[in-house]
Amino acid sequence: MNWLLNNYESIPFYLFTHLRLSILPIAIGFVLALPLGWLAWRFQVTRGLLLTLVGLLYTIPSLALFALLPPLLGLPYLSEANVEIALTIYAVALMARSAADAFGSVDPGVRQSAVAMGYGTWRRIWEVELPLAGPVLLAGLRVVAVSTVALVTVGVLVGVQSLGFYFTDGSQRQIPFEVFTGVVLTMLLALAIDGLLVLLGRALMPWARPSKRRPMNRWIRALGTGKVAEAVR
Amino acid sequence: MIEFREVSKRFADGTLAVDGFSLQIPPHSTTVLVGSSGSGKTTLLRMINRMVDPTEGTVEIDGEDIATVEPVKLRRRIGYVMQNSGLLPHRRVIDNIATVPRLTGVPKAAAHERALELMDVVGLDRSLARRYPNQLSGGQQQRVGVARGLAVDPNILLMDEPFGAVDPIVRAELQQEVLRLQRELGKTIVFVTHDIDEAFLLGDRIVLLETGGRIVQTGTAEEILAEPANDFVAEFVGAARGKRALHEERIGDRTVLVDGLGQPAGVLDSEGGSEAGG
Repeated sequence: MNWLLNNYESIPFYLFTHLRLSILPIAIGFVLALPLGWLAWRFQVTRGLLLTLVGLLYTIPSLALFALLPPLLGLPYLSEANVEIALTIYAVALMARSAADAFGSVDPGVRQSAVAMGYGTWRRIWEVELPLAGPVLLAGLRVVAVSTVALVTVGVLVGVQSLGFYFTDGSQRQIPFEVFTGVVLTMLLALAIDGLLVLLGRALMPWARPSKRRPMNRWIRALGTGKVAEAVR
Repeated sequence: MIEFREVSKRFADGTLAVDGFSLQIPPHSTTVLVGSSGSGKTTLLRMINRMVDPTEGTVEIDGEDIATVEPVKLRRRIGYVMQNSGLLPHRRVIDNIATVPRLTGVPKAAAHERALELMDVVGLDRSLARRYPNQLSGGQQQRVGVARGLAVDPNILLMDEPFGAVDPIVRAELQQEVLRLQRELGKTIVFVTHDIDEAFLLGDRIVLLETGGRIVQTGTAEEILAEPANDFVAEFVGAARGKRALHEERIGDRTVLVDGLGQPAGVLDSEGGSEAGG
């Protein structure tokens, strides 16, 4: 506790750096994964190939990737860009499969109906398939977000500061409470971003909320609350 | 007029869904393609808006070979109503109805105004305009589907088993609605169903199909019932049995018509008509 009283002033800095480092890989990874996922969903041949490839990317150990990128891309060893690029790769690897599943989750009947209405291909993808893939995309994005926030901490080992600093500093100085604080703050940050994504999803996809009018649901709920007469109405 | 000329369709997997099909569909009337699954009826319907392109033969609309028309443009001028309504679940009712006008560049306000009018036309309360499709009953969804099909006032309306998934009472209501709309609007409707009763009720002309899109018989309901082309047709329309095989029974001084299941179907009007009419 003493440690916290003496060091709380450093928390906002590491918290915001951590947040800043997390957002870019999540956002870019999401955007890059969309076309990959669509291609994987649309063409049988690309599906196996693409998903295996991105799956392999995810198996590269993060520390190794942080260390390998600078010589590969000609970046300075201590640059934040190393961590950002590595985390984007992981985000794409995780997200591409979700995106493929998401496009696969679109009701083929609705897709056909869009074709029958006279939607051109691009407009159909943009205005029908993408929004309808939304709920499954969001589920995938939430996993990516939480995993990215956790992975950012590893960056501290290659000199990129974040809440991960408390892990290394705490273990070197043998202050378990400092490590514990870092873990809690990382988890809180992950939960906050996750919650924000859920709210964003609700705002953008009001149609995806569970229907109030499904007769079965209404009955089941009515039985629970004893308001059967109301449900019959 | 829609005309099929020697149309065949072989799918990529080798199935011959339609084999040498020819038919003229007259304008401003309802033509029903009826047959069991595998008869190619839906494939034929989808050839009219190029959802399916024939492997052989041509389809013409008013003398124009539609293979030369850009599919997206063609589809925007042909209404389409499908089973399970095919509504876009992420669009409100009003936006679903306005879909095609919006695609063709009609300003939003005008498209919405027209959509509200169409809700009146198909018997939907305007208060439902802001709902999402999953907040409507199956019957209401189908009405939205019909309104959407009519939104650009197309000459041709394709209906692909539109009422297959709703319960019998709602289906009967919707069928009456289609009859009423057709009396008012006089569209060229091509309607696909496997339900012979629905075909007899809605069709000015009925085209009975067998496997491979082979036409077994065309004609009005009366013609088909009176002279089924063969045993298959007689069996399919139930002319030989059940509720269409009526016979007379005398009860007192009245003649009652009884169907093949023993259910009384009605009283013959010819004798003592004034009394019966009450």
